[in-house]
Amino acid sequence: MIALFARDIRLATRAGGGFGLGLGFFLILCTLVPFGVGPSGATLALIAPGILWVGALLACLLSLDRIFALDHEDGSLDLLATAPIPLEGVVVIKAAAHWITTGLPLVVAAPIFGLLLHLPAIAMPWLVAALLIGTPALSLLGAFGAALTVGLRRGGLLLSLLVLPLYIPTLLFGAEVVRRGMVDAAPLTPLAFLGAITLLSCALVPFAGAAVLRVNLR
Amino acid sequence: MSIWEYANPVKFMRLSGRVLPWVAIGAAICIASGLVWGFLTPPDYKQGATVKIIFLHVPAAMMAINIWAMMLVASLIWLIRRHHVSALAAKAAAPVGAVMTLIALITGAIWGQPMWGTWWEWDPRLTSVLILFLFYLGYIALWSAIDDADTAADLTGWLCIVGSIFAFLSRYAVLFWNQGLHQGASLSLAPGERMSAVYRYPLYLSMLGFGLLFLALVLVRTRTEIRRRRLAALIAREVRA
Repeated sequence: MIALFARDIRLATRAGGGFGLGLGFFLILCTLVPFGVGPSGATLALIAPGILWVGALLACLLSLDRIFALDHEDGSLDLLATAPIPLEGVVVIKAAAHWITTGLPLVVAAPIFGLLLHLPAIAMPWLVAALLIGTPALSLLGAFGAALTVGLRRGGLLLSLLVLPLYIPTLLFGAEVVRRGMVDAAPLTPLAFLGAITLLSCALVPFAGAAVLRVNLR
Repeated sequence: MSIWEYANPVKFMRLSGRVLPWVAIGAAICIASGLVWGFLTPPDYKQGATVKIIFLHVPAAMMAINIWAMMLVASLIWLIRRHHVSALAAKAAAPVGAVMTLIALITGAIWGQPMWGTWWEWDPRLTSVLILFLFYLGYIALWSAIDDADTAADLTGWLCIVGSIFAFLSRYAVLFWNQGLHQGASLSLAPGERMSAVYRYPLYLSMLGFGLLFLALVLVRTRTEIRRRRLAALIAREVRA
């Protein structure tokens, strides 16, 4: 399992793996938004939590096809399915590797993007905490969506239609944490809900994802 | 004699063929009389004549949620007991549910414009119905994207289970998000305490009619799916021979 984890991270970080593309996407998004809504700092600060979270969703979504599609194409997914580790474990490991390569860089870089959007300093720790706790759920749910569409040729757009509704609770609580952090109004409550959603995804997705993969590998 | 006997497509076709006309006639009678009776009710003291849209809106919204629940049960039956009729019934129900959700949203908007002064409001109730509509769309899109019927049934079944959990989560998460900002319970359905009998009885009739309508549509669509399966099997046999 550790070998699989290391392999996935290595594949993602080497050339052509798309590592850093998520960050680049995030940067472009944060650059484009002021053009769209005007450079006023007050307006930007108001919508910053939502923009940052929607950006995190989209950055995560764009890299989802990497989780299973490439392995399915070259046949290594079939080998993984027959390997002595349970398929549920494969799903968890793959989601974890996806999070390390897309979710974690976002968490680390989030304060910089927050600065670009005039997010008040008081909300920064809450932004980082919310992303740290919330993005694993995005990777896990995304792994389920990727497993669902792994056998499809034109899966990209369908994947977004399937996965984005699943992201609604995460987005809602995640943005709420930052919004409340800005005015210092008990942001711990939505943060706790966010943690609950991540834990629920941890408990649910490995089994659903593995079941779906088995169907697709039949 | 158990209900599982009707998992046999032949028996299902025989029974559904016999029941279908009666269900359809019942649905037509209930909806027609419910709507006409509803239309003849006196205007509400506050909402005026706009109150009458309730006879479309509430049954549609009720069916929107219950059809998804029916799809969940059918998906579970398919995943656990592998009865094809069950999977096909779930597939047949999805577009009906999506249309019911759309009717609820549109009639709500038409009512909301004169009453709230807006076509749309990010009220928890409205938002969760919209989210439900998105789940319907994803479910239907997944069905139509996969060629192999059994694979499609399995994958959509799992999507329905996971989707149900997250649709349910969203339903209560939106309360957290916009509670107190807007009237959360303004569309609350508690006919016993909220509505006078003048409106309640035609509403019951209309709800019954929508339920029967759904049953009739699902039966027709499931029968069509079964026939389509048979046709595909026949063609496959011809090609091989």
